[in-house]
Amino acid sequence: MKVFLKIWRQKDAKAEGKLVDYEMDDVIPHMSFLEMMDTLNEKLIVQGEHPVEFDHDCREGICGQCGVMINGRAHGPLKNTTTCQLHMRSFKDGDTIYIEPFRAEAFPVKRDLKVDRSAFDRIIGAGGFVSVNTGQAPEANSIPVTHEMAESAFDSAACIGCGACVATCKNSSAALFTSAKISHLVKLPQGKLEARKRALTMVAQMDRENFGHCSNTEACEVECPQHISVLNIARMNWEFAKAKVLK
Amino acid sequence: MKKELISTLSRKYLMALTGLFLCFFLVIHLLGNFQLFLPPDQARESFNGYSKLLSGNIFIKAISYILYASIIIHSLDALLITLFNRKKAGKYEYDKRGAASKWYSRNMGILGTIILVFLIFHFKDFWYQYKFGALPVDAAGNKDLYEIVIRAYADLWYVLFYVLAMFALGYHLLHGFYSAARTVGLYHPKYVNLVRVFGTWYSYIITFGFAAIPLYIYFTHY
Repeated sequence: MKVFLKIWRQKDAKAEGKLVDYEMDDVIPHMSFLEMMDTLNEKLIVQGEHPVEFDHDCREGICGQCGVMINGRAHGPLKNTTTCQLHMRSFKDGDTIYIEPFRAEAFPVKRDLKVDRSAFDRIIGAGGFVSVNTGQAPEANSIPVTHEMAESAFDSAACIGCGACVATCKNSSAALFTSAKISHLVKLPQGKLEARKRALTMVAQMDRENFGHCSNTEACEVECPQHISVLNIARMNWEFAKAKVLK
Repeated sequence: MKKELISTLSRKYLMALTGLFLCFFLVIHLLGNFQLFLPPDQARESFNGYSKLLSGNIFIKAISYILYASIIIHSLDALLITLFNRKKAGKYEYDKRGAASKWYSRNMGILGTIILVFLIFHFKDFWYQYKFGALPVDAAGNKDLYEIVIRAYADLWYVLFYVLAMFALGYHLLHGFYSAARTVGLYHPKYVNLVRVFGTWYSYIITFGFAAIPLYIYFTHY
C-alpha cells in the first residue's frame, strides 16, 4: 500500500521545525507503525539523508519509550495502544499520515520526534518510592496485603510513563502520571508510611516542571496504553488534601 | 522553574468548592422560582412574599455574600487557570485530540463566559431592580418582583437568550458537577458512578427547570 507521510523534522531543541513530506510505496499492512518508520529511515540513509529520529525500545508495548502523535492522536487512532503496537492495517492505501512529537511545555523536542520526558523522572525522584534499607529479601507474607488491594495497586503501577496523557491533554497536565504513582504506593502498607509527604512533594515537583492543571476531560484515560484510570487522579486529590490538612 | 504560591491542585480545589456551592445555590434558586408556575394571582402573592422573606433575613444575607464571592472567585480562578494552561499546553500542526473527550469538557471556559454574560443581564434584570429600582407594590404591600419577571419575558428574542444561556449552564454542569467531585477526591468507583448519574440528572433538572420559566411566562402571558 501507498501512504503519504508528513513528519515533523527539527534539527535540535533550538531549531525551528517543520512538517516534511515523504512518500512510501511499499508499505505492507502487517508492518507495525515503527517498522514502517524503519523502512523509511533505511531509504533516507541510502539517499544520504539524516534518518527521522524517534524513541523506541521494547516494541512490545510495555516499556513506554515509543510515542508520537499520529494524525493528531497520541499513539495513533486506536484506544489504549502504544505506537509500536499500532499496525499499518489501521490505515488505508493512499492515506496521508501526520506524525508529530508529543508536545508540551514540559516536554521539549530534542530532535524530530524525540522529546525530553525527564520531567517524569524528576517527579518520581521527588517521592515515588518507599524508603527502606536494602538487604535480603524479606519473607513475602510478613506484611499481609489482600488480593483485591494488590490488584488495585498493580493497576495503578502499570503506568509505563510514555507521556501520552500529557500529549493528549489540552492543558498538558501530568495529573494521570503523577496520580498513578501516588495511588499505587498509598494502596500498599509499605507505601502508606510516607503517603502524606509523597503527595506533597510529588505534586510540588509536577508543578515545578511546568505541566498544566487537570480539568478532568478524561482524554488521558482514553489514550493511555495501560488504561490507567482517571480515578487515580481523584485519589491523588484526596491524598493531597489530606496531607495539606494533616501535615 | 519558579515556585508557585498556590499549587495547581489547590487552585482546582478552589474551583471545585466554589462551583459546588453555586450548584447548591441553583437548587434553592430553582425551588423558589417554581412558585412562578402557580396560577398568576397566587404566584404574585407567593413569589413576592418569598422575595421579601429572603431579602429581610440576616442568614440569607450572609449566604448572598458567599454567593457573590463564589461567582467572582470561580470566574477569576478559571480565567487564571485557562491562561496558565494555554501557555503550558502543547500545540500541534494537525490536531484531532478532541476525539478522546467530550466537547463540553474542553470548553468550560467558553460555556462559563456565556453564563457570566447571562449573569450580568440577569442581575441587571432582577437583582438590581429589586435592590435599587422603583418597583410597583402588590396588594400585600410587598415589592412586586413578580410583575418585573413577567415584563422581562415579553420579547421572544430575550426569552431565547435566557433559554440558550440555560443550555450553556446545563453543559457546564454536566462536566462541572462530577469534575468537582473528582477534584475534591471522590475516588471510590461505586460512589463515583452514583455521583455521575446524580450529576447528570441534576444538570437536566436545573437546565430544563430554569429554561421552562421564561418559556412558560412568554406563552401564558403574551
